[in-house]
Amino acid sequence: MVVKPLTGNYAAAYAAKLARVKVVAAYPITPQTTIVEKLAQFIDNGEMDAEMIRVESEHSALAAAYGAASGGVRAFTATSSHGLLYMHEMVWWVAGARVPLVMVIVTRTIGPPWNIWSDHSDLMDQRDSGWIIMMAEHNQEVLDETIKMFKITEDPRVFLPGMVGLDAFILSHTTEPVDLPGQELVDSFLPPRRQPYIMKAGDPILMGNVPRDLHDNMRMREDIHKSLEEAKKVIQEVDEEWYKLTGRRYGGLIECYRCEDADHFIIGMGAWVGDMREAADRLREKGIRVGVIKVRYVRPFPREELLKWLTNAKSVIVFDRGVSAGSAGQLFLDVAAHLMAAGVRVPVKNVLAGVTGLDVTYEDIADAVLKSVAEVEETGRFSTFIEWYYGR
Amino acid sequence: MNPHGKVLPISRPGPGVAGKTGTWRVMRPVYDPSKCVKCRLCWLYCPENVIDVNEGGERFISIDYDYCKGCGICSSVCPTGAIKMVPEGGA
Repeated sequence: MVVKPLTGNYAAAYAAKLARVKVVAAYPITPQTTIVEKLAQFIDNGEMDAEMIRVESEHSALAAAYGAASGGVRAFTATSSHGLLYMHEMVWWVAGARVPLVMVIVTRTIGPPWNIWSDHSDLMDQRDSGWIIMMAEHNQEVLDETIKMFKITEDPRVFLPGMVGLDAFILSHTTEPVDLPGQELVDSFLPPRRQPYIMKAGDPILMGNVPRDLHDNMRMREDIHKSLEEAKKVIQEVDEEWYKLTGRRYGGLIECYRCEDADHFIIGMGAWVGDMREAADRLREKGIRVGVIKVRYVRPFPREELLKWLTNAKSVIVFDRGVSAGSAGQLFLDVAAHLMAAGVRVPVKNVLAGVTGLDVTYEDIADAVLKSVAEVEETGRFSTFIEWYYGR
Repeated sequence: MNPHGKVLPISRPGPGVAGKTGTWRVMRPVYDPSKCVKCRLCWLYCPENVIDVNEGGERFISIDYDYCKGCGICSSVCPTGAIKMVPEGGA
């Protein structure tokens, strides 16, 4: 292992190289572009034995990567924002076909107006598709989780594609020291590729033909759901295996910070969880026992883990960097629904901050949490479940 | 099909899952072995896979009329006019 200063994008590119990806199909879009630029460079200088397919759109990028993966090799692509939305039809297609594939998403808001900064609207727009979806906090996690995602997606209990998300610019273009594992270590971690079927000449298979019976079709949907539930166990196992090789583990679907004695919980995902940790430290200095739950995997949703921590909480504040307009933040909706379904009656509030890429500091988070906690301590509840927070 | 216990949207191709599509035919391809130069273009281009090649046979190709939809691609790609399209039920 060697520690190398890497941007989030380069960490993703190194991970794809170390996973011995054989086909990369990509179309450039800011701020994802330097991932595939780096991969193109690896291929060009002979460091990586892979084909780079240049395509005319993101829809084709995922279609080409999917075609290669159907043919039996590890395939990779990366995109962002409007590119991901343009891919959306293929996103569902790959999950429905049950073809393991890894895609890195540099999360960026969606226009109009034209805007390149980070929020989670693009990633969260994919959450019903059947992909495994995770969000990284820092560049080390980008590298670790991209490598691990190949193992998770190719596990016979799962056989679904997976996305690794990282925040635009906050991670994608920011350099951090990253512990880069050696090729032998990654080779010992990743088994040869496994997938449910391989498309090859001389052994014809039809994929996606009109169903003879719609019961079969509905069973396919149910099987995707059940396989995502199965994936929870696989994600946990893979986290432990990686820990044994590298000394790094994150706790599976969620990662907790100062949760053990916490009264009030902050929930979030992505890079600003780092700021949430800082905010929790500051609030604890004021005597408010705050814990942070980082949602690492949003699909499958960490229902059991959250219930474990939140059942006896005094309050829960969910920070979303995206909103399901006309309802509430996507992460909040999942948290609130699963608490309610389990009969847990805890005051829950949604803070929408950083939507469209507005900068959010740890002071902002501490400020929003402090006000919310004060209300709950005084009245035992939140008078409003949703707050649009624009800063102090 | 469900290898690995997963319910997958895959199937094996087989003949005639949509019934005898030959009944859809309006024009019928008729083969004249005397003009055939055995180039196999009709066999290659047939989108329905209903043309078989008979190596060494008197008639170099045969057409499965149960499933031929009469699209005419074989006739169109034939370089010597060995396949002619004639109306079904005609004289």
